[in-house]
Amino acid sequence: MMTFMVALRKELLEQWRTRRMLVLAAVLVLFGLLSPLLARYTPELLGMFPEAEAIADLIPPPTVNDAVAQYLENMSQFGVILALLLAMGSVAQEKERGTAAMMLVKPLPRGVFLGAKFAALLITFAVGLALAGAGAYYYTYLLFEPLDLGRWLALNGLVLLFLMVYVALTMLCSVLMRTPAAAGGLAFALLILLAVPGVVPQLGRYLPGHLITLAGSVMTVGGQHWAAVWVSAGLIAASLAGAWLAFRRQEL
Amino acid sequence: MTAIRIEGLSKVYGAVTALDGLDLAVERGTVFGFLGPNGAGKTTTLRLLTGLTAPTAGRAWVDGVPVAGEEAKVGAAATRYGFLPEEPAFYNWMTAREFLDHVGRVFGKSASERAARIGELLQTVGLAEAARRRIGGFSRGMRQRLGLAQALISRPPVLFLDEPVSALDPAGRKEVLGLIERLRGQTTIFMSTHILADVERVCDTVGILARGRLVAHASRESLLAQYALPLFEFEVQPGAEAALAAWAEAQRPQPFVDGLTVSGPVARFMVSDVADAGAALLPSAMQAGLVLARYEMLRPSLEDVFLRLVNDAP
Repeated sequence: MMTFMVALRKELLEQWRTRRMLVLAAVLVLFGLLSPLLARYTPELLGMFPEAEAIADLIPPPTVNDAVAQYLENMSQFGVILALLLAMGSVAQEKERGTAAMMLVKPLPRGVFLGAKFAALLITFAVGLALAGAGAYYYTYLLFEPLDLGRWLALNGLVLLFLMVYVALTMLCSVLMRTPAAAGGLAFALLILLAVPGVVPQLGRYLPGHLITLAGSVMTVGGQHWAAVWVSAGLIAASLAGAWLAFRRQEL
Repeated sequence: MTAIRIEGLSKVYGAVTALDGLDLAVERGTVFGFLGPNGAGKTTTLRLLTGLTAPTAGRAWVDGVPVAGEEAKVGAAATRYGFLPEEPAFYNWMTAREFLDHVGRVFGKSASERAARIGELLQTVGLAEAARRRIGGFSRGMRQRLGLAQALISRPPVLFLDEPVSALDPAGRKEVLGLIERLRGQTTIFMSTHILADVERVCDTVGILARGRLVAHASRESLLAQYALPLFEFEVQPGAEAALAAWAEAQRPQPFVDGLTVSGPVARFMVSDVADAGAALLPSAMQAGLVLARYEMLRPSLEDVFLRLVNDAP
């Protein structure tokens, strides 16, 4: 446990010192704040263009549901990009630079090495999402109406779980590949692979993408088809287990 | 009592045998020099002993803990040694003090232990003034020094050093070799290097690796006594090189001639019988009409022994 805390400390310090935590928080907060703003003012912005006035007239007045939908769209799209970018070098870069070999000849188990990286990314994304969620909650309150706080927290919890699926998958790719770029490429391919079956409704409700749909429905009707939560948790566990099994036998 | 024991250690990469059945034992508290040309298998051996790679065959123990083979306990063994790789890698965003602190934490040292030990080590390796600078701005020599410091942080019973002075200036080399000498008796040092002068200076025993095989393993004095055959050097005036080469080749079949090299105006005879060689070679050279600029009998250095053993290795 002590060794895990030491490794986690180093990972969090690295996230801070290399500005990754700051950049992630800034990006998420930016989109968190923009989401209710875009939902509220898009019709008016369109109306400013003479060619788009007709379209603006067709758009119904924006509601709080539009703000929530915009928030989920932004967090899921940009959050996944951030997940790939932050996780793709997590192991591959250390292998490439030699720091993995430098540290793993010391009493630092490889499982702890990996676990600390995942935990640090989880904390980083949780902090970023918390700040983004707080900003979006406040702006939604100002521009529309107050959101149910409990449901809003549940929504963001599901978004976090969604993003961590891609963090875990990308970490697996980072273990398997030699360079961060190759890891990112493989992770992107897996992302597409996971998204394609989602077009089939009977399959889609079990996939991580359904977590975003679930998050949206949590704010309104209370959420249905929670299987995606368990499948996503299973995917995270399987990815991390696979990463550990591959990493413990790798020559550094 | 042995600090490092290796039995039949081998590593094969596809069609390449990087290490072929290495058997070796290093006595506790001694400094062992592991010599070999590039590609001999020195770094492979260190990677096997530190668990960075698994052997194809064989076993090894460090301070009594198996590190290679079926019973390997790489994790437990990691507390028994410090390792300085040839090109140490660091987290460039950390300062030197932070990196050493992190390593100290990994080894489970308390805050007070770490503070004292880090201060001591930074002073010892000459990085006290650069302690708060980011490692990303360090020179290669500074990184080497920091690498040595991190290898020593836990006061390990065994120290693995891969080319520890290669990146250092002469003053730095002298300091680090002095440190290695001071560690003799407290720590067993396994030093891989190709700088023979350093081996001659600090090592108690020497192992020579060539093409993955150990071709010699003895104390420095025994190695010289066993392999350092006397040399006779003949140097001629400029213009007489061809005559020298012809005469030297004619002497090669002589029973006391073990080896011959001719390079420009200098011919070197490695001989097995000093008396016979001394009685025969000089008169023969005179008879051949060679005008000598220099005639000398030499005792070969460790470098000569090394080159001979490496070149003769199968």
